[in-house]
Amino acid sequence: MNHRAIRAIYLFEMARTWRTLLQSIVSPVVSTSLYFVVFGAAIGSRISQVEGVSYGTFIVPGLIMLSVLTQSIANASFGIYFPKFTGTIYEILSAPISYFEIVLGYVGAAATKSIILGLIILATAGLFVPLHIQHPVWMLTFLVLTAVTFSLFGFIIGIWADGFEKLQMIPMLVVTPLTFLGGSFYSIDMLPPTWRTVALLNPVVYLISGFRWSFYEIADVSVSVSIGMTVAFLVVCLVVIWWIFRTGYRLKN
Amino acid sequence: MSSIISVANLSKTYGSGFKALKNVNLDIKRGEIFALLGPNGAGKTTLISIICGIANPSEGRVLVGGEDIQTSYRKARSLIGLVPQELHTDAFESVWATVSFSRGLFGKPKNPAHIEKVLKDLSLWDKKDNKIITLSGGMKRRVMIAKALSHEPQILFLDEPTAGVDVELRKGMWEVVRTLQQSGVTIILTTHYIEEAEEMADRIGVINKGEIVLIEDKTTLMQKLGKKRLTLHLQGKLAALPESLKDYELELCDAGTTLVYDYDTKGERTGITSLLGDLRTAGIRFNDLDTTQSSLEDIFVDLVRTS
Repeated sequence: MNHRAIRAIYLFEMARTWRTLLQSIVSPVVSTSLYFVVFGAAIGSRISQVEGVSYGTFIVPGLIMLSVLTQSIANASFGIYFPKFTGTIYEILSAPISYFEIVLGYVGAAATKSIILGLIILATAGLFVPLHIQHPVWMLTFLVLTAVTFSLFGFIIGIWADGFEKLQMIPMLVVTPLTFLGGSFYSIDMLPPTWRTVALLNPVVYLISGFRWSFYEIADVSVSVSIGMTVAFLVVCLVVIWWIFRTGYRLKN
Repeated sequence: MSSIISVANLSKTYGSGFKALKNVNLDIKRGEIFALLGPNGAGKTTLISIICGIANPSEGRVLVGGEDIQTSYRKARSLIGLVPQELHTDAFESVWATVSFSRGLFGKPKNPAHIEKVLKDLSLWDKKDNKIITLSGGMKRRVMIAKALSHEPQILFLDEPTAGVDVELRKGMWEVVRTLQQSGVTIILTTHYIEEAEEMADRIGVINKGEIVLIEDKTTLMQKLGKKRLTLHLQGKLAALPESLKDYELELCDAGTTLVYDYDTKGERTGITSLLGDLRTAGIRFNDLDTTQSSLEDIFVDLVRTS
């Protein structure tokens, strides 16, 4: 194992975060705070409690997930796409480093960033609404699992994308709608039965449900199903990445 | 001298069906400067990319320091430093950070003293804290060399190191390469500047359309450079060479209006005096004559045209 190479990639990627602190950390925190103001305070004050929890408190896990998902994808996809775009990928490919180590460096850094971000948003939320976390260990498990899984997904998008447009396409057209429709701002039990069935096809529902359960023991689906779905998606991403490196897809001729 | 790189029956066919390399066999000796010459699209970069692990071979085998580049890629790659043709840099990183990153990537422990030496050798020391984006093209090229040297490689690939570099800088670059060779580094450079190969290389290889068409010691090639060519522009048209001139191996060109004679300036006799005498005896008159020296460039162009 080339530990120094993993460390070099990891620190290089983390350095990019500190260099673009405003864009990486401050902007998601600001936009999340806005969600609290709009949904929590303005609209939330007109909504009665959801399953025994005030609306402002109810949306906290969903909002964290929303940011963690989008930031994991954005960080990891940009992290690997940028060297492809500038051509500096030649150095990674010619270094004595295995594919696993490359993924560990890039995905590790992307996941770290979104975990930090998730915790910052959690702390920010604490300023707006009272928070109580029933299962902190499970909360962290869901946070880490989601950050890693979606960083892997982002890594795949970064490899696949051959232009900035494509880099934005999946997050904007697929992930954001799925997150909004995944119960960030509502319980899917609030939906009519038909839409509830449709919503169950959305993988994000399981993530948010599991994460929310770790806070308030309120869940749309059972926790084991949530974990199962997240792990399943993680495995799918790992298989795709294994295939990418085996075939050299969009990396090697 | 033992081989540090051994390429055997290497072929590369791209997805489009284009054959970039056709059964290439090549041995690079430890400690030498090897110049790989070839026109654009000849397969120089493809060959380097395969040896360095950036492209996959379709067939064949490459050993670097005795290690297979596919089954023992860690050992093989750690011996190599690569300076690609294009200036691929992390624009927003500092020179120091990017060179240190390269060292880490190759699994070497931190060694600020080595990085300092590399940067000083390449006249980059006073730019160490500058962002790469602020550097000139020549400096960026040197940053790329510094990155390649950061992990103390035994082999350095320089893909078109002086493309787009001004004369002064080019000479500076040659100096750097020579110093590196003295420190024991094997250097493989690709170029289409013949002058560069003449100036630098111990051996020269010519690649064209994916095939190695020549590998020779530079000195042997330079002996071929000793050849000169006498061209005689005749007054009249000559249908055929007279029997008396057969021994000179003359060439009748331009529809019988030009006679071409190749001779060796380093030989004891050039044969020019007797040729001119015999021409006069045969009654062949000429308006003008000129002599030209064949250069490596002529040899190269000839090879590329005929292969």
